[in-house]
Amino acid sequence: MPPPVLRLSGITKRFGALVANDAISLELASGEVLALLGENGAGKSTLVNILFGHYVGDAGAIEAFGEPLPPGDPASALAAGIGMVHQHFTLGDNLSVLDNVLLGTEKLWRPFSRRREARARLTEISKQFGLTVDANARIADLSVGERQRVEILKALYRGARILILDEPTAVLTPQESEALFATLKTLVADGLSIIFISHKLDEVLAVSQRIAVLRQGRLVAIRDPAASSKAELAELMVGRRVDAPVRKLTRGVSTPEVLLSVRELTAGGKLTRASFEVRRGEIFGIAGVSGNGQAQLADALCGLLPPAQGEIRIGNRSISPDPHAFVHARVGRVPEDRSSVGIIGDLAIWENAISERYREPRFARTGWLQRDAAKAQAQRIVEQFDVRCSGLDAPAKSMSGGNIQKLILGRALVDDPQIIIASQPTWGLDVGAVSYIHGELLAARERGAAIVLISEDLDELFAIADRIAVMFHGVLSEARDDWTVTQIGLAMAGGAQFAHAQPA
Amino acid sequence: MRSLLNLRLEARARVPLAMALASPFVAVAFTLLACAGLIVWAGAPVSRAYALLFESAFGSRFAIGETLTRATPLILTGLSCAVAFRAHFYNIGAEGQLYLGALAAVAVGGSAIALPAPILFPLMIAAGMAAGALLLAVPALAKTRLGVDEVVTTLLLNFVALLFVSMMLDGPMKDTTAMGWPQSVPIRPELEFGKLLERSRVHVGLIIAVALALALWVVNVRTTFGYEMRAVGANARAARFAGIPVDSVMLKTALLSGALAGLAGVGEVAGRAGYLTLDMSPGYGYSGIVIAMLAGLNPLGVVLAAVFVAGLIVGADSMSRAVGVPTYLADVIVSVSLLSMLVATMLARYRVRWS
Repeated sequence: MPPPVLRLSGITKRFGALVANDAISLELASGEVLALLGENGAGKSTLVNILFGHYVGDAGAIEAFGEPLPPGDPASALAAGIGMVHQHFTLGDNLSVLDNVLLGTEKLWRPFSRRREARARLTEISKQFGLTVDANARIADLSVGERQRVEILKALYRGARILILDEPTAVLTPQESEALFATLKTLVADGLSIIFISHKLDEVLAVSQRIAVLRQGRLVAIRDPAASSKAELAELMVGRRVDAPVRKLTRGVSTPEVLLSVRELTAGGKLTRASFEVRRGEIFGIAGVSGNGQAQLADALCGLLPPAQGEIRIGNRSISPDPHAFVHARVGRVPEDRSSVGIIGDLAIWENAISERYREPRFARTGWLQRDAAKAQAQRIVEQFDVRCSGLDAPAKSMSGGNIQKLILGRALVDDPQIIIASQPTWGLDVGAVSYIHGELLAARERGAAIVLISEDLDELFAIADRIAVMFHGVLSEARDDWTVTQIGLAMAGGAQFAHAQPA
Repeated sequence: MRSLLNLRLEARARVPLAMALASPFVAVAFTLLACAGLIVWAGAPVSRAYALLFESAFGSRFAIGETLTRATPLILTGLSCAVAFRAHFYNIGAEGQLYLGALAAVAVGGSAIALPAPILFPLMIAAGMAAGALLLAVPALAKTRLGVDEVVTTLLLNFVALLFVSMMLDGPMKDTTAMGWPQSVPIRPELEFGKLLERSRVHVGLIIAVALALALWVVNVRTTFGYEMRAVGANARAARFAGIPVDSVMLKTALLSGALAGLAGVGEVAGRAGYLTLDMSPGYGYSGIVIAMLAGLNPLGVVLAAVFVAGLIVGADSMSRAVGVPTYLADVIVSVSLLSMLVATMLARYRVRWS
């Protein structure tokens, strides 16, 4: 057996009291795809950041191709042939593909950049691995999948022999993911070695030769995908059995009343003439690759973004674009960016619990805040929604992401809303919190709420949404309850939604 | 490539209370230590210089009276800045608002309006506060409506305000009996603030300032308006999402901040001089920024910080006469204490790691 291309031994990293990586030892063989599986916060990102020199480990050593790698130095990691594709791309949007690839590869004192040679080499590399991208295209004009290809090309151009991909499929359509997996196969066939970070079990089983499972900073298991299963991996990842919440189909009334109707809504320069209706006891899913207008739709549905045209009706009344009016009309709102829009981090948890309702008579009397009533409300949310915190007076930002989300969800749900707008409610949360939040949304649906669920996670939409519409370039497709993964993938890429879903 | 100084800042999950309370004192101690070097450079004995400074600021009845007199406008400008900064509205224009407030006080109190004093007195105060508030309303509207940076506009309006006051003092409001000095007509004697201590210049303005500090503290933690100000300051995006009227809160905060600085000007005219000159404030408005920061934007802390800065100003005067260190040392100490406070706040919030 050939020596490993990469050897991590005893990597340990602490952040205060938190041990992010606890004596992790791992080897990467030549021509292998090694999956790094774990929940958010399990330590995957910390580990690869140490490997790439963004962090310095508290203990442990790294060897690449038999040579020790100096800690805390991305330049020597690059020089040693390690390339990294971050989840959030690091590309200059206003530059061309070629410029982005060249960025940082040339000496500063060279008077002219050797673009002709660079272009030739880039073309050669992209041909060799089937990564076709126009070298002159501006990054801003490329799709997300193409941008990711540029990131991979960037690493290959610098001579990477080890490629680290951090959650590469999080932003891709199913078809783009398939294309990425094919690329990975050609790369390893050429002798590259790949570390593939993911928390999606299907993908990991499909693309990797070995699976390393991290939990709470420890390497808990290494499995052969051929001899493992989704159930086993899920249990290893979470540390206990996880049961997904089950949707009970109790649609008694054949045509329940419409609670939310959106007509010809155009807003924010991106959303164009969206129309849909959501009925009592229904979860209406909105799928799409991020940046296709979902954020504008969510903002309009939360009262933040005034429509340029069209209207939003709650029940049979048109509503004015004002967050306060929406809360008053019993719309529960869960924003996409939980830590910088959902909460005011420096304010206490109890103050955040009433931030949407502090002017209601029960929390304010002639301008004086009713602290006891506010704290009682916060206590109700904390208890009812299982928010773990060190006390109601603690600043909201002191909680973990999952608990912040439970507080936001609790604030939206505690007064029994008739409509719920949830935007990426489970993004970045661990499996336990995800299943909790799905359970709460399904319970609200049982109680008769009309729910709009905007998500980039197809698994989530297929699991709990009753109908799904797809957003592409600001246009919302017809809602359907019988999408296949292939059809919805095509619609997300802008291909087939008109062919399949156009009303006759 | 390696940087020479390999240090990183890691945010603490929670700032320990002891650290937050200790940081102004640590900052002040560091400042005195650092400025000791300057005293040595000036050729004076450090311990004697600081002893003199302290003694002449707090060592006698007269000294305390002088310090409290100086502290009165500083508390108000400190509150003005603290209120605005808490809502993330950076009012650097307290100096201009102070002068405009003083000018308005003179315009009402020194005018020939034939109203009885009990009516004119509140009018004079209201006019001063309104003048300060109106001056700050302009940058506040420019910020909320057009997104114009308030640091620039409030700073520049100081010069506009000062030149306007200068124009008035040389023109329509000039005291023609003042031997040609650019000085305003005096306000009516019965409108002057009463004295608190005999044989000192401490006046009722001090009580007003301290009472306002207490009131603002209560407003901050107990009222919906205080809640709105803190929410908008801590995270305007989240506040907007929650339905808090961000722009109107910002505007109200600005009016309050400007009114407080305007009141400081009224106090200087009615409590101390009786008339307005162009050198009435030795930068009280700018010192208010330092005081607000030293106080951690806490209204009660502002009172302490204002007394500290006032003591420095008063003490440095006598110290310079006795040991020959220039009075500018007071300015240096105030400035260094601001920088030290900023560093101390950062160190309380972050943990520094060398790697």
